[in-house]
Amino acid sequence: MTYHLEFSALLPYWQDLAWGLWFTIVLTAVSTVVGIAVGTLGASARSFGPPWLSGLVRVYVELIRNTPFIVQLFFIFFGLPALGLKLSETTAAFIAMVVNLGAYSTEIIRAGIDAIPKGHIEAGVSLAMTRLEVLRYIVLRQAFAKIYPALSSQIVIVMLGSAVVSQISAPDLTYAANFIQSRNFRAFEVYFVVALIYLMLSILLRYLLRLIGDRFVKVG
Amino acid sequence: MSLVSIRDVRKSYGTVEVLKGVSLEVEKGDVVAIIGRSGSGKSTLLRCINGLETYQSGAILADGIEVGGLHANLRELRRHVGMVFQQFNLFPHLTAAENVMLAPTVVNKTPKKEARAIAAEVLAKVGLSEKMDAYPSQLSGGQQQRVAIARSLAMRPKVLLCDEITSALDPELVNEVLRVVEQLAKEGMTLILVTHEMRFARDVGTHLVFMHHGKVHESGKPKEVFAAPQTPELQQFVSGIG
Repeated sequence: MTYHLEFSALLPYWQDLAWGLWFTIVLTAVSTVVGIAVGTLGASARSFGPPWLSGLVRVYVELIRNTPFIVQLFFIFFGLPALGLKLSETTAAFIAMVVNLGAYSTEIIRAGIDAIPKGHIEAGVSLAMTRLEVLRYIVLRQAFAKIYPALSSQIVIVMLGSAVVSQISAPDLTYAANFIQSRNFRAFEVYFVVALIYLMLSILLRYLLRLIGDRFVKVG
Repeated sequence: MSLVSIRDVRKSYGTVEVLKGVSLEVEKGDVVAIIGRSGSGKSTLLRCINGLETYQSGAILADGIEVGGLHANLRELRRHVGMVFQQFNLFPHLTAAENVMLAPTVVNKTPKKEARAIAAEVLAKVGLSEKMDAYPSQLSGGQQQRVAIARSLAMRPKVLLCDEITSALDPELVNEVLRVVEQLAKEGMTLILVTHEMRFARDVGTHLVFMHHGKVHESGKPKEVFAAPQTPELQQFVSGIG
């Protein structure tokens, strides 16, 4: 028996795909912004904070970087209710994404901070700036310029990795694909089209990140 | 009272004592040149004055503020004590003018426009008016160091600490930096310089301090000290440099 490609079988479901795509975009955008904020705080605490805080951040980073994302997601969604913390699938997806990117970006940004010559910090301090001011105006600006390419890659990885949230029924693009193929049994067509959408999303995201980089991240 | 008063300061790194009881008085308008071999403690002493290094005993008072106290107001102290480094340490993501404007705007809350005027003034003083919008990477070493001096001057310091500020420069770029420092000295700026430029120390300095093994080994008026070093160590040091 030969398989006849029938892409038109997707047409009745275009709205499901569109909503899934929208959810993936919003999920990625929000977790990128919040995750990098977490990473910035984490990296600052690791490099400039008191030993106990630095140690705590280190435990967080190692914990997240050495366990699978899907296990983190399941723990938050299926595990935490045991402690009385019941989250909707959407909330759980957002939290898992932020926690995950927060850990990875902490490590990336910390590498950038470590690359700043100590003399720049001494120069800032000698100009009567507080450590927080030195961090904000001298260290982080330069650190971001140095690690921007690595951070951009991580953001794309996180966007693609977000497909995993379909496993707790968060209504993303992959969830939509699973739903559609369970209805029309057109697995090849559905996943082929969805793969193409992810591919275009990646290309667009990289382009957007480059624009943002050229505009805001001064390499000097 | 002296502008900077250093009294019997001792400092150790672990078991190694690098400052073994240093005392020094610096009056307003003095130009103090500190010379000595590497490892004699001269840079460490300088870095103690603005609190970049701590010390274990003794006292340093700069502009009336006790530097080493547990609750020392280092921020207030550093507004009046500028520092220029061997490695310039300009902020590479900022232009020359922005490097100069940063501390006035952030620390003193000077409005941007006013800070820009200060930057124009101090960059003119170091002869770099036309480089205001250049990035450090576009400047020569000598120009970068002059921007670093201007950056310190923008805070209107009462005393300027210079830590071997020409040691990282190519020989032909040393003089343009020394000329700027000499001009500052003429205008009455109080300067404490760790330097290897003996001729400069002799001609521009009002006081010479020779450090040896963590102590002030010999000091006095530069011309007299150079003409007739009293200790064999300084004689050897001076003749060694030629």
